Amino acid sequence: MIVELGHFALWLALAATLVQATVPLWGALRDHPGAMQVADTAATVQFLATASAFAALTYAFVVSDFSVLLVALNSHSMKPMLYKVTGVWANHEGSMLLWVLMLALFGALIALFGRAVPAAMRATILSVQAMIGVGFYLFILMTSNPFTRIADRVPLDGQGMNPLLQDPGVAFHPPLLYLGYVGFSTAFSFAVAALILGRVDPAWARWIRPWVLVAWSGLTAGIALGSWWAYYELGWGGFWFWDPVENASFMPWLVGTALLHSAIVVEKRASLMKWTILLAILTFSLSLIGTFLVRSGILTSVHAFATDPERGIFILLLLCIAIGGALTLFAWRASAVRDGGIFAVWSRETGLLANNVLLATATGVVFVGTLYPLALELVTGDKISVGAPYFNRSFLPIFGIAMFVAGIGPFLSWKRARKADVLGRAARVLAVALLVTAALALLLGLADPVGLFGIAIAAWLALATLEDLGRRIGLPTAAPGTALRRLTGLPRAAWGLYIGHLGLAVAAAGVIAISVWSIEEIRLVEPGAELKVGPYDFALLDVENTTGPNYQTSIAAVRVTRDGDLVTMLFPERRWYPVERQPTTEAGIRTLWHGDLYAVLGDPDGTGRFVVRYYYNPGVPWMWLGAAMIAASALISLTDRRLRIGAPSARRRASAALQPGE
Amino acid sequence: MTRLALLVYLLCAVPALALDPGEMFEDPAMEARAREIGRELRCLVCRNQSIFDSNATLAHDLRVVVRERMIAGDSDEEVLDYVHDRFGDYVLLNPPVDTHTYVLWAAPFAFLGLGVLGAALYMRGRPRTLPSADEEALQ
Repeated sequence: MIVELGHFALWLALAATLVQATVPLWGALRDHPGAMQVADTAATVQFLATASAFAALTYAFVVSDFSVLLVALNSHSMKPMLYKVTGVWANHEGSMLLWVLMLALFGALIALFGRAVPAAMRATILSVQAMIGVGFYLFILMTSNPFTRIADRVPLDGQGMNPLLQDPGVAFHPPLLYLGYVGFSTAFSFAVAALILGRVDPAWARWIRPWVLVAWSGLTAGIALGSWWAYYELGWGGFWFWDPVENASFMPWLVGTALLHSAIVVEKRASLMKWTILLAILTFSLSLIGTFLVRSGILTSVHAFATDPERGIFILLLLCIAIGGALTLFAWRASAVRDGGIFAVWSRETGLLANNVLLATATGVVFVGTLYPLALELVTGDKISVGAPYFNRSFLPIFGIAMFVAGIGPFLSWKRARKADVLGRAARVLAVALLVTAALALLLGLADPVGLFGIAIAAWLALATLEDLGRRIGLPTAAPGTALRRLTGLPRAAWGLYIGHLGLAVAAAGVIAISVWSIEEIRLVEPGAELKVGPYDFALLDVENTTGPNYQTSIAAVRVTRDGDLVTMLFPERRWYPVERQPTTEAGIRTLWHGDLYAVLGDPDGTGRFVVRYYYNPGVPWMWLGAAMIAASALISLTDRRLRIGAPSARRRASAALQPGE
Repeated sequence: MTRLALLVYLLCAVPALALDPGEMFEDPAMEARAREIGRELRCLVCRNQSIFDSNATLAHDLRVVVRERMIAGDSDEEVLDYVHDRFGDYVLLNPPVDTHTYVLWAAPFAFLGLGVLGAALYMRGRPRTLPSADEEALQ
């Protein structure tokens, strides 16, 4: 019964969304306040209905109602409760329901917190948001209904869930990723609404950035979590594979980063308006394309797509309407939006423009590399591979330049910067960065030229960021007390900048370190044997067989010493999940400040010996720390006074200010 | 659930460990070379995995072929050519530059060129005088 109510709630959500997509827009165009007000109510109803549908599906998973097809296919009564709940979105139908739940949530949030945005603009934004929603509700109800019952012969138990997904890291990867993907829908709706109404008002400029910050932070955390999971769960220390599925989430992140920065220019200087609108459309378009690439199965094989095309065609159609429609609207109406704000060639505006050009280029490279084999096969029938070597050669140089620019950007002041000052500071910081790199190379005996070049860029970005922070609080001339007071008085947006850029430098250093300087040993050993991995000695002490809640496992005890002193014990596992008939590896990992000690237990050879894989992975903790700093930086910026939700100054200015587009 | 699809093909690598100690060179320098070559070659039955990362039988066989060619005295290039001749473009993770891939390899330069051109045009066309009071309104 509850499942049927959930199904009904989803239809109700569709009905509310249809109203929301049409009536408020009509009201905004005809200046009819009553019709505009429908938007807020409809958005709230849509959210409540979708949340009910999601709750109903969650209930079916929690009580293991195997008469529901989705539960029977993806769950099992013996599964731990956490994974029964996360199992809701660990499949196609449930994840699409999560997708629309997020969409409805963002709509409701705009209705709730968007009071500072003029009524016509808000109504239009919510209408556009609902148009996206209509497409996805129809997609779920017509091709991917999660509430389908099994008509006869209800199974006694479910088929279980891929044990690789029964892990806290990957359990919360999809919600965060979708927070990002779907969060960008708000920027899209803002952009399309501005095009429909043909104007951009100050409240619009102020309001697009917070939504982008939320979405971008979620996407950052989601990607990092997925990468972290791959690192510890897949058992060979890899964290990024340039896989099409990963690229699908990386493209919106890259172009979203550009959007995040151009939105600053819009907010502060009323420049780059058109470009920001285009970026907002592109960012969400790439989120949609990412969903399409993953959901349609087109990546697995062009032929798999052709044999079961229903879902793929539906999303493709949706994609064409949303992206094509928005871009057409842009081409037709963008001239109505006027850019303001004068600035010199040497200015913060130009720096952010350079950031945008480089990030857009990087996005383009990933896009072409990901879709090229697909396009070539469709056109010529020939198959080629575009793998990590291509991306490393094409993407990394562009991103390296972007990181260099990120160091110089904060040196530039708005409108007009003093060129000689900027170049002088840059030269001094660069000299220090090169010295630091040289010292590291000598001290640690590092020789790899590409690796050292990368370290130099990371050091440059970190030092340039710290130099700017120091200068901003008056160092070295100001008294320590004054400097400290200025430090605590810095606006949150400034903290966002410094922590974000510093996080990027830290993460980059970590990525370079593990990619270039990790040490690996693979051997067939008997218990008691010691192996040398760089400065560390790994000894396999013994292997014990035992059972977990829904699996059997072999746990090895590995002792790690350095110069005879105990560093740590590692306990890598090899698990067997009988329901899913699938093995997994659980790496034994010890995190030190400079890197990870990583041990994996492999197969026994039948004579009492085991294959073991030992690694020293330098830089890994830096990678995660950097990613956490980047994700946190957006949230810190979000709490800045100027952006604070419902800040009275925003409301007053919104009503008092002129509207630049008119 | 974007990683689901990834999983399907990463499963090739998961259960056991890709590299078998029995196949490895004793000489660390030779082993390092073998892995560098292995990272450039695709495991043809997996999705987007190099033969170095995969534990599929075919990946193992290809690794053995690579090692045999190295023992026979081939340079890295010659080993890659040897495998390329027999399995075609699909086996190379780093696609060769030919008529099929001109667009692919030109793309980064084209994008960067277009971006810089677009930015330059924008800079030329940007407003240079204060348009109106809305400038102040946004401060």
